[in-house]
Amino acid sequence: MSVYEVVIGLEVHAQLRTRSKLFCGCSTAFGAESNTQTCPVCLGLPGVLPVLNQTAVEMAIRAGLALNCSITVPNQFARKNYFYPDLPKGYQISQFDLPICQNGWLEVGEGDQTQRVRIRRAHLEEDAGKNIHQAGSGVSHMDVNRCGMPLLEIVTEPDLRSVDGAVAYLKTLKDILVYLDVCDGNMEEGSLRCEPNISLRLQGQDAFGTKVELKNINSFKFVKHALDYEIQRQETVLADGGTIDQETRSWDAERGVSVIMRSKEEAHDYRYFPEPDLMPVEISTKWIDELRSSLPELSQAKRERFVAEHGLPAYDVALLTASRPLADYFEACVAGFPNPKTVSNWIMGELLHALKNNNCEVIDSPMKPARLIALMKLVDDQTISLKTAREIFLDLFLSQQMPMDFVQERGLMQISDDSAIETLIAEIVRTHPQQCAEYQSGKETLMGFFVGQVMKASKGKANPQKVNTLLRQRLMSEKVES
Amino acid sequence: MGSGYSRGQLTDLGRWNAQVSLNHLTIHDAADGLAKAAFSSQELSEAVHRQIARVEETVHAFHTVLTEPAKAPSTLSNPDSLLQGIPLGIKDNICTEDVVTTCGSRMLEHFIPPYNATVMTRLEGHGAVLVGKTNMDEFAMGSSTEHSAFQPTRNPWGLDRIPGGSSGGSAAAVAAHECIAALGSDTGGSIRQPAACCGVVGMKPTYGRVSRYGLVAYASSLDQIGPLTKDVTDAAIMFEAIAGHDVKDSTSVTMPIPTIAKALHRNMTEIRIGIPDEYFADGLDPEVNDGVRAAIHVLTACGAKTKAVSLPTTPYGIATYYLIATAEASSNLARYDGVKYGYRSSQREDLLEMYCQTRKEGFGAEAKRRIMLGTYALSAGYYDAYYGKAQQAREMIRADFETAFQEVDVIITPTTPTPAFRLGEKTDDPVQMYLSDIYTISANLGGFPAMSVPCAMSHGGLPIGMQILGRWFDELTMLQVAFAFEQETDWHLKRAPISEDSNG
Repeated sequence: MSVYEVVIGLEVHAQLRTRSKLFCGCSTAFGAESNTQTCPVCLGLPGVLPVLNQTAVEMAIRAGLALNCSITVPNQFARKNYFYPDLPKGYQISQFDLPICQNGWLEVGEGDQTQRVRIRRAHLEEDAGKNIHQAGSGVSHMDVNRCGMPLLEIVTEPDLRSVDGAVAYLKTLKDILVYLDVCDGNMEEGSLRCEPNISLRLQGQDAFGTKVELKNINSFKFVKHALDYEIQRQETVLADGGTIDQETRSWDAERGVSVIMRSKEEAHDYRYFPEPDLMPVEISTKWIDELRSSLPELSQAKRERFVAEHGLPAYDVALLTASRPLADYFEACVAGFPNPKTVSNWIMGELLHALKNNNCEVIDSPMKPARLIALMKLVDDQTISLKTAREIFLDLFLSQQMPMDFVQERGLMQISDDSAIETLIAEIVRTHPQQCAEYQSGKETLMGFFVGQVMKASKGKANPQKVNTLLRQRLMSEKVES
Repeated sequence: MGSGYSRGQLTDLGRWNAQVSLNHLTIHDAADGLAKAAFSSQELSEAVHRQIARVEETVHAFHTVLTEPAKAPSTLSNPDSLLQGIPLGIKDNICTEDVVTTCGSRMLEHFIPPYNATVMTRLEGHGAVLVGKTNMDEFAMGSSTEHSAFQPTRNPWGLDRIPGGSSGGSAAAVAAHECIAALGSDTGGSIRQPAACCGVVGMKPTYGRVSRYGLVAYASSLDQIGPLTKDVTDAAIMFEAIAGHDVKDSTSVTMPIPTIAKALHRNMTEIRIGIPDEYFADGLDPEVNDGVRAAIHVLTACGAKTKAVSLPTTPYGIATYYLIATAEASSNLARYDGVKYGYRSSQREDLLEMYCQTRKEGFGAEAKRRIMLGTYALSAGYYDAYYGKAQQAREMIRADFETAFQEVDVIITPTTPTPAFRLGEKTDDPVQMYLSDIYTISANLGGFPAMSVPCAMSHGGLPIGMQILGRWFDELTMLQVAFAFEQETDWHLKRAPISEDSNG
């Protein structure tokens, strides 16, 4: 165990899934051609004014309630002033002393390992644009599409004590935001960005060490890497008798190192002051109550319920609750086919496989719960065999047909009719007198041979259980007769 | 709005062209004449343009004069409006689609907005005609229009005098009859002070009454657009046309706009006028004092009651204003950085140099002074002592007025401490320049409506203005008092010498 204790606080920027930007009507769609999603307002032309997107406010409240925050009424926007080419107005509209959400917490981890991470605040703000520097050309370009995208900045207290804890917090937070449908959680597209503060202190020491802020961590997978690196760096400095400088460092994922961006002395004075173009945001208690009561069940609660209600193994539950659409899909299937484990098997096996192969989200699955239920019923009432059902799944998935029609059209129905199977058996017994005699004289291993012959004769459609039973009866009766 | 006449009922036609040239008309008289088909809107426009051709070289009221309307006439047709076909001057910080909008600054010398300010959209909806964009102090920072980056405007009443500011171009254009009426903006007195200096009516509505969308921001919590006109009726007509909620401006209020232009007659016996001692104290020119007091007597003679009110926070107005306004300005003017539009310095080895040189070369001295002041006021370690304190003082000033308005319906003060001063007289002394607004800034800090009406002339032949302040959103009472005064006097009919050489 290290002589140092790690102290981590996290700032997460979550892009809210509104259709339009925070202060204008421009689209928020990802991946559009540069500078096509702009207007005088997000371009910061002279004379324009911001108008607050009410859906963003609603999403912020929903997130705040799910994070056990109190909602600040009224909350207020403030201007954060600094010069940078990607900031058209020369200030960012953010929130300062009256953030929309305050004083919440989030439970992270399972069982004994559960830890409560305090959320200091979550506030609304607009995103900046992007500078694109053409290496070697001396030319920089600007893409303003991202200007004015709605962000919720969620800030924890310095409550985390390990890298694993920080990663677990991020996963839990992402889970919640995605479950609430307020953020798509896509770190690679920048929908979720993380800026950790890290400091070390001697084990048992009360006072915090000097913190370093890490920026530019663009992917979930880099979080652990960047934190490990920074902790190692600080440990080395301290072990050599050095001191940590309060500074902001930038993570260079390519080289796997953090480099200094600015020292405390170079820190910006953002000259925050209340945004005079927007009125304080009044939120009625009634609205908050409505939003609170309409919050969906979050993943943690859902996991517990899936175990208790459906008796599923932990592995299945973790997989099925990985996203809200998948969990909803599962529950829709169980409602029509009340055998949770069978449903779970179909979803974890065939469905997820087919979705992955077709690069398709659960929500867009052509195989709706109704069709999967119908398929499971066909197996259950022995209309088709489980084997057949599995074989046809991919084709059925892409078709629009109901399973019964699909099966009928292709003549795939299992032969379960006793007399039809008995006819087949009679023919096999007749044409194999030698094997019949051997079986009857005690060579019971020949049973498999007979079953195989009958199945072959039925082109695989005979119900194997029935074949087994009827064949055994027939061979035994032959024996008695003889 | 109907003029009450139908076309064809032609009476008294001779009045229009025999006695006055058309550019001398008020909005309501011009609308009357147009309704009676005594002349066409084309003839009205031509008269205005003839006057511009005759005096503009001397007055410099405009930065841009349009010879043809920016919009096709077919889109301007609104026969029901009194503003149909009325040529207006618009201050050059109000965005006009496809028409250069400079804010009196090198920074925006070539800026052509791709959109109209909401007030422009509304005026165009009324069929009004844009004559041109009027000169102003750079980014509305000043009280003399000498801080225009292009050229100063001269006072039509005395060409060696300033027209006031920052809406000096609009006030001079109306006083010189180069347009029928104009729009200005008022952050600390920028409509009322030039109106007083140029002998016209100038009105700042209640904060939130008129959309600021498209008004290039100077100090967002104080800025308000309003009319400069030849009489009170015209101010009411313009106000009604531009006021009202706008979804594009979250600070505009949803309250309905009362019908004002047809409700100006009011019995003054119902009116209580507050007279604050603090506004008639040291530093007030005796001629202005006498003029305003005489004007109050006119109103009391009509039956109005007066009452002394106290506004003890008055001495803090200037300091409060110059902290809040400059703080907001330092942020509002940050966008002029040479990156996206506007002026960009040719010296740009790196980003920082480009920023610094662009702003050094693009802004004038007064804009830079206020940006520095405001930046300082918001800085870490100084915020509480300056900006924070100023916000507290602002609340106290507002409370002072609210207390006074519990006892009186309007408050009357001088608009300016002196008549218009000479060009260059105060350019080297910013504080003296700032004191020109000492009587007007409280209305902005408190958000109250306020207007200036011409009420006297100095011995030197310069106009003197009386300021009338009203309760929040009670522009009606304020305008009724102004109208009653105007009915009893003829100060509003006096013409600046330069505008008098009638061109027939």
